[in-house]
Amino acid sequence: MSADRCSPAELLAVMGSRQLRDDTSVFAGVGVPLLAAVLAQRRHAPRLTMVIEGGIIGPQIAPGRLPISTNEMRAAHRATMLPGITDTFLFAQRGFLDVGFIGGAQIDRHGNLNTSAIGGDYWRPKVRLPGSGGANDIISLCKEVVVLTVHEKRRFVERVDFVTSPGWLDGGDSRRKAGLLFGRVSRVVTTLGVFGFDPDGKRLCLEALHPGVTRDRVAEQTGFEVLMPEPVETTEPPGDDELAMLREIDPNGRFLA
Amino acid sequence: MAGAAEYDFRAARRRLEAKPKSSGEKLVSIEAAAARVRDGDIVAAGGCLFSRTPLALVREMLRQRRRRLTLVRNLMCTEGELMMVAGAAARVVTAWMSIGLPWGVSKIMREHVESGRVPLEEWSHLALGLRFRAAAMGVPFLPALTMLGSDLMAVGGTKTLECPYTGEPLALIPALFPDVALLHVHRADRFGNCQIDGYPHMDADIARAAATVLVTTEEIIPEEEIRRHPDRTVIPGFVVDALVHAPFGAYPHECYGLYEADFDHFGEYAAAIDARGTAAVAEYLERYVYGPPSWEGYLALFGSDRLARQARFARELTG
Repeated sequence: MSADRCSPAELLAVMGSRQLRDDTSVFAGVGVPLLAAVLAQRRHAPRLTMVIEGGIIGPQIAPGRLPISTNEMRAAHRATMLPGITDTFLFAQRGFLDVGFIGGAQIDRHGNLNTSAIGGDYWRPKVRLPGSGGANDIISLCKEVVVLTVHEKRRFVERVDFVTSPGWLDGGDSRRKAGLLFGRVSRVVTTLGVFGFDPDGKRLCLEALHPGVTRDRVAEQTGFEVLMPEPVETTEPPGDDELAMLREIDPNGRFLA
Repeated sequence: MAGAAEYDFRAARRRLEAKPKSSGEKLVSIEAAAARVRDGDIVAAGGCLFSRTPLALVREMLRQRRRRLTLVRNLMCTEGELMMVAGAAARVVTAWMSIGLPWGVSKIMREHVESGRVPLEEWSHLALGLRFRAAAMGVPFLPALTMLGSDLMAVGGTKTLECPYTGEPLALIPALFPDVALLHVHRADRFGNCQIDGYPHMDADIARAAATVLVTTEEIIPEEEIRRHPDRTVIPGFVVDALVHAPFGAYPHECYGLYEADFDHFGEYAAAIDARGTAAVAEYLERYVYGPPSWEGYLALFGSDRLARQARFARELTG
């Protein structure tokens, strides 16, 4: 099955799931991140522990009954523990969470994300967005964070208007200096490819292109210069088994369409 | 920016010492409970997004036309929109506000915040939880490793400190002592000893943090039930100031194990806003808040079949 035979959300869910290893823990939000985690759990990581910010550990999501929020019964289905929300995040602060998945309305070259406000000043913005929720905590406290996002020029901006969730801040050791000792944004998985950050500058750096995607298309859809070393790999397209499993989890295409 | 009164642990302590902490009768009418809220209060609501929202109390507070309130809630949903359009909320303190993923960014929130009418003070989800936890502990702040380096630090005026033991920078998350807590629980005895099923959210911390605690409960159970399972009590009676029996007290939001959120109702509400903007919420307030004089009358607008269906969905998910 080739990449153009699945939806952008399916592509992101499959590529996201491949970032997860067995015997680890993942902090997942609802929508594509949750689908990626459920797919990984069913396919190659049966001993993955899912943690959801509404205060849910170890749920087994019922196919076709996907939650739309991180604190509802669909998200808590067959969970192993329901701690309070503050305590759930404190598991991450203590170091129990290996991977976190987040997204954002804007992302910049250092992986900083904005889900708060665009334009104007903070107290009277041009566009007010819903806010951090747990995104800031996830990127500050998980061992590793994978950003999952549609790749569009209006999202990939030179500098985010507001740093809701700190990636590598200004690059170099600025994240460490701010007191963020433990976490790191390791990957940005988009609808065009998989990206990392260069070791010193912490600038967005292409690692692999999805099948059929060119470097020019990445450059066109990014509002700043992306590092593109030669050669780069091509990702394995979503397999029939991966797509079939995903569609079994979300049979009505609620999040995958 | 967090106001100095919000983290004044000395004043908060004196206030608590001065108030009665009775193990006696707490049951009152919804009108009497909501009347404990004063104009200008900082009101913290329990639950999270559309889960266990104290909607019966919010509704009665709006019916009593409270003004200039600061609404604090970790994730805010339709209750925040209703309070904005009713003119009750002068300021909101939250980590996230909208109805839910399928309905996009809240148009009501955008209109009120972008016009500068209602400032939205944003904290990370954990930071807001720690503000309640610090207050519940009676201290002015808690150190944390979150929010550092982000622009959220300046929004709330969060300070940092070099750790006196390790030398590393720490975020000092200021306490938030609300004037009033509004909570909805599964069951309580008439003395206010409360049990919650499922995810506990931040309710127990909020109850300890606030000066006045108002609770609605799905069910009133005998004192003997509480005494048989004291390990199930998450809010003790002497913390509670007023208790109201309000079945389906969070509807159309959910209550774990008892009823699922009414997503069809959210869809109709959101579609009306898409079509008519703020006017749709004003009409909603007339129909659901100012119209029916009682909570029973409010529930009758949904009908018993609808409530029974949502109860069945909840049993399927948690049974």
